Amino acid sequence: MLNHTPKEIQERKGGVINPAKTCQPIGAMYAALGIHNCLPHSHGSQGCCSYHRMHLTRHFRDPVMASTSSFTEGASVFGGGANVKASVRNVFSIYNPDVMAIHTTCLTETIGDDIPSFIAAAEVPEGKTVIHANTPSYVGSHITGFSNMTKAMVGYLAEATDDSKKEQANVIPGFVNPGDMREIKRIMKLMEVPFIMFPDTSGVVDSPMTGEFSMFPKGGTTVEQLRDTGNSKITLALGEFAANDAAVLLDRKCKVPAKILRTPIGIKATDEFLMALRSTFAKEIPYELEEERGQLVDIITDTHFHFHGKKVAIFGDPDIVIALTEFVMSLGMVPVHVLTGTPGKSFERQVKAMLLAAGVEGNVKAAGDLFLLHQWLKNEPVDLLIGNTYGKYIARAEDIPLMRVGFPILDRSVHSYLPIVGYKGALRLIEMISNTLLERQDRDAEDEDFELVM
Amino acid sequence: MAFREQDLDALMYEYPAKVKRNRKKHILVRDTSQQKQEIEANTRTIPGIITNRGCAFAGCKGVVLGPLKDMVHIVHGPVGCGYYSWLTRRNKARTDEGGKNFIEYCVTTDMQESDIVFGGEKKLAQLIDEVVETLKPNAISVSATCPVGLIGDDINAVSKAAQQKHHIPVLSFSCEGYRGVSQSAGHHIANNGLMEHVIGDSDSEEAPGKYAINMLGEYNIGGDSWEIERILEEIGYTLVSVMTGNSSYEELREAHTAELNLVQCHRSINYIAEMLEKKYGTPWLKVNFIGIESTVESLRDMALYFDDPALTQKTEEVIARELARVEPVMEQYKKICNDKTAFCFVGGSRGHHYQKLFKELGIETILAGYEFAHRDDYEGREVIPDIKMDADNRNIPEIKVEKDERRFRLKIPPERMEELKDKIPLSNYPGMIPDMKDGHIVVDDLNHFETEEFIRILKPDIFASGIKDKYVVQKMGIPSKQLHSYDYSGPYAGFNGAIRFAKDVADGFTTPTWNFINPPWQNEPLLSGTVEEGEHTC
Repeated sequence: MLNHTPKEIQERKGGVINPAKTCQPIGAMYAALGIHNCLPHSHGSQGCCSYHRMHLTRHFRDPVMASTSSFTEGASVFGGGANVKASVRNVFSIYNPDVMAIHTTCLTETIGDDIPSFIAAAEVPEGKTVIHANTPSYVGSHITGFSNMTKAMVGYLAEATDDSKKEQANVIPGFVNPGDMREIKRIMKLMEVPFIMFPDTSGVVDSPMTGEFSMFPKGGTTVEQLRDTGNSKITLALGEFAANDAAVLLDRKCKVPAKILRTPIGIKATDEFLMALRSTFAKEIPYELEEERGQLVDIITDTHFHFHGKKVAIFGDPDIVIALTEFVMSLGMVPVHVLTGTPGKSFERQVKAMLLAAGVEGNVKAAGDLFLLHQWLKNEPVDLLIGNTYGKYIARAEDIPLMRVGFPILDRSVHSYLPIVGYKGALRLIEMISNTLLERQDRDAEDEDFELVM
Repeated sequence: MAFREQDLDALMYEYPAKVKRNRKKHILVRDTSQQKQEIEANTRTIPGIITNRGCAFAGCKGVVLGPLKDMVHIVHGPVGCGYYSWLTRRNKARTDEGGKNFIEYCVTTDMQESDIVFGGEKKLAQLIDEVVETLKPNAISVSATCPVGLIGDDINAVSKAAQQKHHIPVLSFSCEGYRGVSQSAGHHIANNGLMEHVIGDSDSEEAPGKYAINMLGEYNIGGDSWEIERILEEIGYTLVSVMTGNSSYEELREAHTAELNLVQCHRSINYIAEMLEKKYGTPWLKVNFIGIESTVESLRDMALYFDDPALTQKTEEVIARELARVEPVMEQYKKICNDKTAFCFVGGSRGHHYQKLFKELGIETILAGYEFAHRDDYEGREVIPDIKMDADNRNIPEIKVEKDERRFRLKIPPERMEELKDKIPLSNYPGMIPDMKDGHIVVDDLNHFETEEFIRILKPDIFASGIKDKYVVQKMGIPSKQLHSYDYSGPYAGFNGAIRFAKDVADGFTTPTWNFINPPWQNEPLLSGTVEEGEHTC
């Protein structure tokens, strides 16, 4: 497995080997699926759209619908205006969504297609909406694409219709699973704070089996809600990389103040999320949440010896990795390798600061790849690898147990239905960490060291 | 139920007029009373229609080149194209003793904004240097993606320079995603490159053994080609190369030494098959190793070609033994599958190949089609002279090969060749349509709308397609079977594959899940009680 990866690390500048990121449009497609009755549309050649639908489908094991402008060589040279106009006509007459959310690819960005003027010239039926985001694949990563499409929801739809703000919060959950979005919504309901979450893919990519296929499932944030985000009292952006830009634009456009928080993974980040709600809306934290927090601390205390001092490597998308790094440190674990494929100085700054504060010496890199991570692991092995499915090749090569968290997870099911956020999600993470480590201890133990009670 | 032409009009009611006119040419109802039924195929996709198609890059790097295991396949482009074609097609590859295998690696220039603005040639050259130094492959391929053609990066020049610098082959492929109208363009581009730069690029003049063959258009999905090899080797064939499942640059160089080329996937590899015949005089035989009967038929066709009593006898021995082994196993699955109907919509060859295997299980394929096949795959190769080249396909280069004067050798005499052509599909493929029955539907580039409509009208018992359709169909309560990835199972080829397929399909029908779709409260009133017989007490 991965036999050609040498232990010795040499600096590489020509590109990446085994990326820890993918390109913008898939993130935009995912965000657009979080709008109710919306069909994502990929303005480019059709290969991108197929790849993105396939990849999301494999992660969620649910239908992922999207249309494409299907560029040919002619359109690539002379522009794709006719393609997008035909797409708008065909999509609305054949599939009838309420919203068409267009994103772009490296093709259409390179040729400089002017989407707003194309949309203006297209026949958009009465009462229907077309929004767009520019998502050049050669900038950032899929997280950037998610951020750009979320920003487009604000840019096209958010309206401040009243001078005074409503007692309601906007929540931008970031690039997380529908299971996480459901958990954040549950917390909001327990807090009794009215809210608009956007985008919201719960009920879309985790839809139930009913015997009927619904092209536009029940879930998703409605256009009315998206409009109303301009009237909220605050926007909580969970995850700087995925959620920051939309929140900032909402502040600029509609004067809704933005609060940038971490993805609420683990005790500290969840505490901060609740404290933000508490102070903004002057609401006490209900006992149910206090109980959940107490249960979490109880379990960590009970089982700290399962994971304390264990070395761990974490890779994936920046918001998730930052929050996870903090969480495993709060368990007493030692993150010695932390990497994301998404570029951005803030990632390295934040993670390094955390490691420094804890006195941990570790490798930290943004815009890194899994080839480098593997080399780090050859030089300094760990007890646990946390990351997406691609980590299984490294895990096998180096005989390190892998715990699957993040995007994409292509070889296991259920993960996207259950949360990793909130106190409940943290409890689930601890179960996953402990199970993974203890399974390994059981597997490796001599008969005489094989324990009944652990 | 019988489907008629007028039913198509009803189905297309929602379509804008232009779309309707277009789509009508891509759908036909099989009618054997007509001499010739023509279908339109390999034309541009309708924007916004929700197609299943991919792009030329996927056809070139993802399908044809990717399986070559001792090469590093560099994707020159932003990160996505390399990333999505990384380990997602299940072209299995085993590392040979002391050999190289880069299947688990994804290597891309990961173009950034500055590369788009100032060009990415330097970065590509740098990456090639790094790959040679760290990974040490036997050869390198460079595949272009959408922006590469637009910004004018000359990947040919970069590759040529790198080849001179490093003394290993560096092959470049201009398979930008927008070329052609589908994956098909990429197949053609890959075929051209392999023919020009790899096949025949060795000093070998003799095949390494008796009855030497190449297996063309077989990508070892889920181990398919290993099962085929098991059978062929037992009969006594020498497999010179496979294009390109579990294969290598080193293996492909020897392909000119074979006596016969077998073509499994006609669409993706017929260019090379034709060129090998022209250049080296090696005929090709259309085979189908999907299904027991098809496998048997293909083995007998091969024996007929080589016309050697010992080989024929061994062929029959192996067939008899395998049949005795697998037929009883198939019986149990036939009981479950019998009298059912299927849709079979797959890339460019399986839409046809699997129909016979379904038939062996008692399942009738009532709708079939391809994403990106051409008219010859539907109607047979005899229509090739009538196929009109359109503007979208004109820019895919056609290469001309010449007879290799030194190596060209007629493998069998011309008279015998003609005689054989009457009996077996030698250098010929009759296409899918002749195998379909009256009232059955052929659809080219089936889209989401038509998928839903045809399912609603025809109610198939199983839908064989890909990952994008799978969960759509299952949500409707219909079993679906992926015939690209085999739902992570396989092999499905050969004798063992037929059993495996039968088991997987039968499991799909019998899984208890279908009983749970409707919750018990849906058909029960909320309040229930019994009306008591009036017992007059007073």
